[in-house]
Amino acid sequence: MKHRLFATALAALTVAAGAGVVLADGSGDPAAVKNEDGKYYDKDGNPTYKIQSDGTVDWYTYSGYRRYHSECHVCHGPDGEGSTYAPGLKNSLKTMSYADFLGVVMGGRKNVNTAQENVMPAFGTNPNVACFVDDMFVYLRARANDAWGRVRPSKHEDKPAAATQAESSCMGGKS
Amino acid sequence: MRYLLLTACLGAAAMFAGGAQANDELQKMSQNPKDWVMPTGDYANTRYSHLKQINAGNVNKLQVAWTFSTGVLRGHEGGPLVVGDIMYLHGPFPNPVYALDLAHENKILWKYEPKQDPNVIPVMCCDTVNRGLAYADGKIFLHQADTTLVALDAKTGKVVWSAKNGDPSKGQTGTSAPMVVKDKVLVGISGGEFGVQCHVTAYDLKSGKQVWRAFSEGPDDQILVDPAATTELGKPVGKDSSLKTWQGDQWKIGGGCTWGWISYDPALNLFYYGSGNPSTWNPKQRPGDNKWSMTVWARNPDTGMAKWVYQMTPHDEWDFDGVNEMILADQNIGGTSRKTLVHFDRNGLGYTLDRTNGELLVAEKYDPKVNWTTGVDMNKSSPTYGRPKVVDQYSTEHNGEDHNTKGVCPAALGSKDEQPAAYSPDTGLFYVPTNHVCMDYEPFKVSYTAGQPYVGATLSMYPPQGESHMGNFIAWDGKTGKIVWSNKEQFSVWSGALATAGGVVFYGTLEGYLKAVDAKTGKELYKFKTPSGIIGNVMTYEHGGKQYVAILSGVGGWAGIGLAAGLTDPTAGLGAVGGYAGLRNYTALGGQLTVFALPGS
Repeated sequence: MKHRLFATALAALTVAAGAGVVLADGSGDPAAVKNEDGKYYDKDGNPTYKIQSDGTVDWYTYSGYRRYHSECHVCHGPDGEGSTYAPGLKNSLKTMSYADFLGVVMGGRKNVNTAQENVMPAFGTNPNVACFVDDMFVYLRARANDAWGRVRPSKHEDKPAAATQAESSCMGGKS
Repeated sequence: MRYLLLTACLGAAAMFAGGAQANDELQKMSQNPKDWVMPTGDYANTRYSHLKQINAGNVNKLQVAWTFSTGVLRGHEGGPLVVGDIMYLHGPFPNPVYALDLAHENKILWKYEPKQDPNVIPVMCCDTVNRGLAYADGKIFLHQADTTLVALDAKTGKVVWSAKNGDPSKGQTGTSAPMVVKDKVLVGISGGEFGVQCHVTAYDLKSGKQVWRAFSEGPDDQILVDPAATTELGKPVGKDSSLKTWQGDQWKIGGGCTWGWISYDPALNLFYYGSGNPSTWNPKQRPGDNKWSMTVWARNPDTGMAKWVYQMTPHDEWDFDGVNEMILADQNIGGTSRKTLVHFDRNGLGYTLDRTNGELLVAEKYDPKVNWTTGVDMNKSSPTYGRPKVVDQYSTEHNGEDHNTKGVCPAALGSKDEQPAAYSPDTGLFYVPTNHVCMDYEPFKVSYTAGQPYVGATLSMYPPQGESHMGNFIAWDGKTGKIVWSNKEQFSVWSGALATAGGVVFYGTLEGYLKAVDAKTGKELYKFKTPSGIIGNVMTYEHGGKQYVAILSGVGGWAGIGLAAGLTDPTAGLGAVGGYAGLRNYTALGGQLTVFALPGS
């Protein structure tokens, strides 16, 4: 069974490569090239994850895990895996760019037709989401790239002072 | 308030004019086993049928008699009603209602489908479910997702009246089945994850006019409690019994939602229901007992006034909503016949109370894995009488914010959720569909925005350590609080049970099986895999001299969210895939009624 699965995966990869559309990450190469106060960015300036070989994750991946499992998982399922109700964001981010992700989270989206009635609310006014949208993106990007599995990060970098400041100013002193 | 009182008095007066009649009619109808006129089967919520054409000896010959698609691919909770020749069937959002003519090959007599703003979808926590319809006085009642309570002419499907029960833009939604008691339609509301101050509301059966509204938390005149006459565990609750248990104005966004089932005792003239979790899920943020969330309520249907209350989980720390059904059964306890109420709470405890006065008789774990409490203090002279003793290790309040409390059993899903149990007077046993899932729970600070989720905790769920099955179907003795038999199920059992005089108990599974088991032993007698996972409730009726058993398939609800991809394995290492079976490997979306009968005419 394992062999067959592997062969299928390989075939799929070959087909994709042949067509020249390998899209593992909708925001491009996720490799971190810059570290600004504990927040990592890829070569295009999109936020990204940084996971060390001993399993230590950057603060934003860890924070994103927590925020995702508070705000998003009641529709999108545990670990970005999807549900009977909403798509698995782990897969969505394989084709969705950072900018599109921000747009949908902040502004919502409607996908209502005869076969389905999917509605994503606008979270732009919800500080519990809006203030942590990068954290969620970074965590889900790690999931999309299989850089992080279906498990809670057990070790993480310390919370950067910049994160604490951003959080308190964004939450308007509410947190 | 004066206005409210006046309205209540007028309502009571009107009741004597015509309402009592409706009550008698419904009660009589519910005693006819050929029909299924209430979402709960009967006022007592026993989900027991006197029909016995299908019995333990022949149930293995059951066949599919007919099927019907609702046309909706979402979680299908609840089940149809049958009144004479007509079956009334509902669906999840957009909430279609069908009247099917059982006398003419189940032809569609009429269909009602409300126009609803799809913006209500994302404020429905945990899928767009609906738990069913009510019937009375020639009308069908539906509580739409957008909280419109609508009365339809049972013959034509035309709208007779409609009332707005809440405001979806503030996270208030409709998922529960209404219940008709006397001349009133009683209905709850959902929104515990959106900081809604939840309530039960009574509407006039004839006009749809609001008669009274009873909140779960707030000032005495809002929660319809008499400080001197309303009791908890035999003692008056006193003035401001709810307000005193919240910090500042937090009760205004306090939750305590009322999306479960309603039962009614005509002799005592009391109806019963439970209130849900206090908002937010972060206990540190809302100090106090948060009354009266997580509470069993006994109220007078004429006035809404509470006779007694019992808070099962003061200051909830795990999202153990108290909304599950209250089953009314008379049982012999310690040599005395008692009018009891039996309730299987999300918190994992099975409670037996005296329903006349709220006296606590039994409180025992109905899943041995329950670990957040060592049990309820049953010592009447103790200052903590009636309270659960919380284990520090599993207390998210004790461990605090930003701390991941591990291994709490049950998970937030509860040892049982809304899926109702059944009671058979023949065996004296309760048949309970249960979840067998534990969790890690980490609370943290959140801020409230109207109409936005107000959760404040991260959780992950998995089966109890060393086990891989996530559900059990059990038989329970409510007199002693003991499990009589227990059948393992791979997934949580999220389907309402049915007990029958044929000595058979039915339930559905998340993989999609309808199962029949022997009421005495639990032995599996029959199973059939329907097109989608089952979160609906089994019902039975008789038509043309033949007994039928019907079940809605359509995987979804919270089960579809938590279990679709399989649960997380907390012990798995980096890069692990889901450690447990994922529902999506067994079933896909659907929306179908499957009706069974024995072969031959």
